[in-house]
Amino acid sequence: MTQTMTGAQMVVKALRDQGVEVVFGYPGGAVLPIYDEIFQQNDIRHILVRHEQGAIHMAEGYARSTGKVGVALVTSGPGATNAVTGLVDALMDSIPLVVLTGQVPTFMIGTDGFQEADTVGITRPCTKMNWLVKDTAKLSETIHLAFHVAKSGRPGPVLIDIPKDVQFADADYVAKEKIKVSHYQPKLKGDIDQITRLVEMIETAERPILYTGGGVINSGPAASQLLRELAEATGFPVTSTLMGLGAYPASGKNWLGMLGMHGLYEANLAMHGCDLMINIGARFDDRITGRVKDFSPNSKKAHIDIDASSINKVVHVDVPILGDVGHVLEDLLRIWKSRGRKVNKAGLAAWWKQINDWRAVKCLTYKPSTTTIKPQYALERLEALTKGMDRYITTEVGQHQMWAAQFLGFEAPNRWMTSGGLGTMGYGLPASIGVQIAHPEALVINVAGEASWLMNMQEMGTAMQFRAPVKQFILNNERLGMVRQWQELLHGERYSQSWSESLPDFVKLAEAFGCKGIQCKDPKDLDDAIMEMIRYDGPVIFDCLVEKHENCFPMIPSGKPHNEMLLGDADTQGVIGAKGAVLV
Amino acid sequence: MSPLNIKKGSTSHSAYDLRDPYADVSEAHTLAVIVDNEAGVLARVIGLFSGRGYNIDSLTVAEVDHTGHLSRITIVTHGTPQVITQIKALLARMVPVRAVHDLTEAGPSVQRELALFKVAGKGEHRIEALRLAEIFRAHVVDSTLESFVFEMTGTPEKIDSFAELMRPLGLREIARTGVAALSRGA
Ligand SMILES: Cc1cc2nc3c(=O)[nH]c(=O)nc-3n(C[C@H](O)[C@H](O)[C@H](O)COP(=O)(O)OP(=O)(O)OC[C@H]3O[C@@H](n4cnc5c(N)ncnc54)[C@H](O)[C@@H]3O)c2cc1C
Ligand SMILES: Cc1ncc(C[n+]2csc(CCOP(=O)(O)OP(=O)(O)O)c2C)c(N)n1
Ligand SMILES: [Mg+2]
Repeated sequence: MTQTMTGAQMVVKALRDQGVEVVFGYPGGAVLPIYDEIFQQNDIRHILVRHEQGAIHMAEGYARSTGKVGVALVTSGPGATNAVTGLVDALMDSIPLVVLTGQVPTFMIGTDGFQEADTVGITRPCTKMNWLVKDTAKLSETIHLAFHVAKSGRPGPVLIDIPKDVQFADADYVAKEKIKVSHYQPKLKGDIDQITRLVEMIETAERPILYTGGGVINSGPAASQLLRELAEATGFPVTSTLMGLGAYPASGKNWLGMLGMHGLYEANLAMHGCDLMINIGARFDDRITGRVKDFSPNSKKAHIDIDASSINKVVHVDVPILGDVGHVLEDLLRIWKSRGRKVNKAGLAAWWKQINDWRAVKCLTYKPSTTTIKPQYALERLEALTKGMDRYITTEVGQHQMWAAQFLGFEAPNRWMTSGGLGTMGYGLPASIGVQIAHPEALVINVAGEASWLMNMQEMGTAMQFRAPVKQFILNNERLGMVRQWQELLHGERYSQSWSESLPDFVKLAEAFGCKGIQCKDPKDLDDAIMEMIRYDGPVIFDCLVEKHENCFPMIPSGKPHNEMLLGDADTQGVIGAKGAVLV
Repeated sequence: MSPLNIKKGSTSHSAYDLRDPYADVSEAHTLAVIVDNEAGVLARVIGLFSGRGYNIDSLTVAEVDHTGHLSRITIVTHGTPQVITQIKALLARMVPVRAVHDLTEAGPSVQRELALFKVAGKGEHRIEALRLAEIFRAHVVDSTLESFVFEMTGTPEKIDSFAELMRPLGLREIARTGVAALSRGA
């Protein structure tokens, strides 16, 4: 039986049929018909944000912490343009989103109508795919296709631009099951010959390493499980990018910690010195490779990735495996087991001995203080006091983000939400709200820098309105700390514009929003203050005044190979040449 | 088959090219991209090239299947083997892209371009222009007492050489379609 309805009704019905429970959005003239439908139903919850960028980051936090598609709804013109940063953020980090935008009526398109913007034009390079729907008869089909595209293959944000007359007009609803199968069907199974080649290499490798990334998280919890099985069964060491933290547990005995520019010494040296590198769902980002020419010069490299354009993009690999991490690991384990579960035991023993020597360097050591709170100390205490709790962490961007990656341990996937590829300051607060909406009972903490936090602080209003008891743990160094660090190391200590001046009183700000504010500046008070934050039943803004000039180490300076890592302040004199300074 | 058109067992299939990826020799490739003929698809393809700094030497597009609404975009580009591989993979992952054929890699292909030349002149020049046009099998599609419009189909190189010859004879304007190409054989 066909059902005739308005475009606006179709939107709500299609979302419901796709299993959507929450939409993050902000109304305006061009989406009023859809808001009218939202008003008249109770299945889909609408979270009213304070800025459209917030809506997208909330949807990202929701998506990353659940594995579902995040949904946002914004109006035409400024609503859509405000969403752009979030779209690029989701594109870079492979987060599945469906974003609906209103548009001026079809007959006004191109006339510079009120709040008209070329939304599909602006967002074409910011999305995995986008559509302008000019005919109501195509609307439900397009929405169903949008969900398919957002979550299939390499996930990403998609956008549907819906003119207002299309929302008002009537047409037949096309059910999810009725749409014609899209030709867009990325390949999940890897090539068995290539997988077998990799198994052969696994059997003989002397110095192997598993280099895991966000693709393991994207693939789903089963992929993390298979990764754990592979690591335990082979005894291979595991490192991860910023995006893949939690896929392998931080408490696992094969865990080397994060790699890359601010990664751990043992992880980076193991990458540099390995003879077999198995990249599982990571993309050889420049924060990982450093100088590409010197990147892991003596290893054979295998790369499991669902996106052919990630393979051989930056680093040439010997064994490319196009497919989904979960599917490929399953075949890989099966073949490896059927061939007798062989590894090079002697080689591995020597390799682990070497790795343990590197571990003994204890690269995360910092100079403790009894008078000021070191940011690393604050995170160590946060880790100790929340360990074992049902905990989700989001971050902003900067030094605090790197310290969080170094000092917090993740035992499970989907527990760590951070802006990696775009590095969007202002991501963490809204993302934490999105996570909390998805997990109302969990402890959700945004580890923030004061500067980043201010970029989307209006969303505290959203947290209050929807009773999202998010904890904003601000490591306040009164500096754009990451910028300051680079200026110290690369620009002759000329601290151009990297002070956070005229900061608000965060405790009063919390009161103004109606939530709880806590300030702490003495290391002796820190544990009690953190416990107070955790126990408080509602949103908290925690102003943690930390050492202002702490640098984040280890650090591989731009343009340097992995084995030229800086471990502490003593290493930093004149290390970055003019060539390195050009790189970001 | 994947949209990349990887033939089973082929050693030169795109994403798995075994040539030295760091070779910085630039190669010209002709790509045929079959796309859904929908709004914005050309912008999407062109945006890929401009956004990532790839080259477009020539581009043609037209709907080739009116019932399936499929268009064929023929792109001539150049770049290192690594860049060419990237371009193909990035095109193939686009939702409206049905297939990417690398005609340069697939073997011999036929490449044709259509061009119109306006040549103005009198006396000797006019006669010489006509004589050369005949040699190049260019047709006269318009003539006045002072000018000709020649039409010619051929490879881009042939069109280039004809243009060179016409230049001293009063060449005023050229319009070129860009390359259309098909692989040889069945
Ligand atoms: C200030 C700052 C500093 C940073 N420093 C570091 C650092 O020191 N170390 C670090 O690691 N990062 C760092 N980053 C993050 C960095 O910029 C990149 O975002 C990150 O390294 C990319 O992670 P990834 O390689 O796991 O790729 P992602 O961006 O997570 O991409 C995932 C890859 O997996 C593939 N994929 C997706 N789904 C699947 C699937 N189902 N199956 C198979 N493959 C799939 C995708 O095609 C893609 O190639 C930093 C970021 C900031 C902002
Ligand atoms: C939107 C945006 N603008 C600028 C930057 C560049 N940037 C990266 S880190 C940083 C400073 C962040 O300061 P803060 O949030 O206080 O964190 P800290 O480094 O001090 O921990 C800046 C300006 C960015 N990443 N995002
Ligand atoms: Mg700061």
